[in-house]
Amino acid sequence: MSLSRLRNAAIPVGVVLVSTVGLLILAGTNPWDPLRLIVEGSVGWPPFEDGTANKVGDTFMVWVPIVLASAGLIVTFSAGMWNIGIEGQIIMGAIAASFVAREVSASRPVLVLLTILAGAVGGLLWGLLVGVLRTAGGVNEIFGGLGLDFVAVSLTTYLIIDPWRRSGVASTSGTDPFPTDALLPTLGATSRLSPLMIVIALLAVVGVWLLFRGTLYGLRLKAVGRNRTSSFLMGIPTNRYLLGSFMICGALAGIAGTSQATGFHFRLIPAISGNYGFLAILVVLLARSRAFWIVPISFFFAMIAVGSSQLDLRLDLSSTLGGVLQGVLVLSAMFGLGWGAYRARARAVASMSEDGG
Amino acid sequence: MSGVLNAFGDMFDTATIASIVAAASPLLFAAMGETISEKAGVINLSVDGSMMLAALAGFVVAFETDSVWLGFPAAAAVGVVVALAIAFGNIKLSLNQVAVGFVLFALSTELSRFLGSSYVGRRPVAVPAWDIPGLSSIPFFGRVFFDHNVLVYASLLTVMATYLFMYKTRRGLELQGVGERPEAAHARGIAVNRLRYIYTAIGGALIGIGGAAFTLDVKLGWSDRPTRNFGWIVLAIVIFGGWHPLRAAFGVFLFGALQAFALNLQPEFPSLSQVLPSIPFPAMILALVIVNWKALRTWLDRYPFLRAVLRSDPPTAIGTRFEAD
Repeated sequence: MSLSRLRNAAIPVGVVLVSTVGLLILAGTNPWDPLRLIVEGSVGWPPFEDGTANKVGDTFMVWVPIVLASAGLIVTFSAGMWNIGIEGQIIMGAIAASFVAREVSASRPVLVLLTILAGAVGGLLWGLLVGVLRTAGGVNEIFGGLGLDFVAVSLTTYLIIDPWRRSGVASTSGTDPFPTDALLPTLGATSRLSPLMIVIALLAVVGVWLLFRGTLYGLRLKAVGRNRTSSFLMGIPTNRYLLGSFMICGALAGIAGTSQATGFHFRLIPAISGNYGFLAILVVLLARSRAFWIVPISFFFAMIAVGSSQLDLRLDLSSTLGGVLQGVLVLSAMFGLGWGAYRARARAVASMSEDGG
Repeated sequence: MSGVLNAFGDMFDTATIASIVAAASPLLFAAMGETISEKAGVINLSVDGSMMLAALAGFVVAFETDSVWLGFPAAAAVGVVVALAIAFGNIKLSLNQVAVGFVLFALSTELSRFLGSSYVGRRPVAVPAWDIPGLSSIPFFGRVFFDHNVLVYASLLTVMATYLFMYKTRRGLELQGVGERPEAAHARGIAVNRLRYIYTAIGGALIGIGGAAFTLDVKLGWSDRPTRNFGWIVLAIVIFGGWHPLRAAFGVFLFGALQAFALNLQPEFPSLSQVLPSIPFPAMILALVIVNWKALRTWLDRYPFLRAVLRSDPPTAIGTRFEAD
């Protein structure tokens, strides 16, 4: 058992190393420099130098939305739902938070709390819409969610170009920066690191873990995910549980949107989600829906995302290397596991036929 | 308001319609590919990424060899490899089609950006124009359909061929059986999984050619993420088209018209023109809601002809694995 576990981890890591080194040699660079740059550019040492502290802060603030979205996705995955609409839920959270940040004036603690709540509600409603389309409209959640992702992107673009356009200049790059009172409080003046968001992200992970470890609701949700028909026959209102999973996931994704808007970009920009929703799908696939695993995996992915942004500047190498690494890692883990399971099945069949003969 | 009407009116001149047909080839190829694959029961969710990686492969091969025709087999090959990875993962390794497709989407998108970064801004040789002698001088239809290049004609022929194959041949019936009732197909001696490999590969090849049709013809050259979101639009159009090749093609042209409309609106209504290109997605959702609406379904059941035209159910066994034992 432990040997096969070791192999499950070794195969993807090996594939990633070999393919990365191969790719980098193909691209004509020495493979060591980019990898070192990714690590240095994201968590560099010493951590308390001014520039590095900002980098570490950035890495954490990329980690936050990925963890929040991943925690939410564990809930929908457990209910057997493919929430491809997660991107849209992050975006709607960001839009709702931006609305509050722009329009409401209150003292900073109240306003920050309101932006977080608004984000959660925005994401929740958008997630609920995917769920309602699925349960009442018969629209598969993959396609409904995908469609709503694009609707959310269009809405963002529209808001930035028209009603929320920057004063004076015609610009598609984003809205005016939010007033300082609406921004998440940070640790240090120049860093983006927001302890509040990190606590919320960790609470989300623990909450999701508890949901499936200690509550009837979580147990039933899992039952719905495993077998909807028998759950329904057992008296579980399956549709309500599906909607519930979308609402939980949407709310968490929406808070990720708040973090992006008021904690990272400090305004609404067209690519506000940073693609972290899609990235979170990869994280959850890699973590195989185990709540605590999303913490380190998300951190690793955040490191890659932040660190690789330095590649074009310093090594004249495309910063998309990071995305390639993430993709290769998840794909090889998936196929490695699948292959292991296939071999195990084949062996079981072989030994059964030996016993029989 | 009159501005909107003018922009709408401008869409009906021959040149605009001809340009819509010319620009539709990438989506037509890819939509046919995805329809074939899904009809056989395999969702190729990687389209957005595999189209892009294939577009890069086609572009690079055409650029390096100076032969545009070598680009297309290269692109098709990339599409086939990605599609077969999904089929293999699902059929042999029991992995979820959506999961593998999604990961392959992410990976091939990033891979195309990484490998293509040094080619940004380069232009390969283009597909040469070739108006069909005789036919191209027919008023209106000549300009619209017969005054393009071989690739555009091929895309229109692919639509016809897909339709005829799927609905008018025995093998096409088998293809539908594999996606609708794999058990029944199996019982009738059809090698379900082998056909799934074959049709997923064919679908992947068409998706790949669709990608190359973009970088070698519609928008010549390589840029960062040139076919961005096209794959998702293809997925939406396949559903909007109710898994029917001709209706999907109609969806492609409708989308092209919408884009032309958005372009006409650009000067006067910049914000509206930004939003219009995402219309296929709400349109897809609405189409799905309507076709699944119970009252409409019972009403349609009374009119067989209308039902055949309007109703669209996904292939029953779509996304599921079939194991013969």
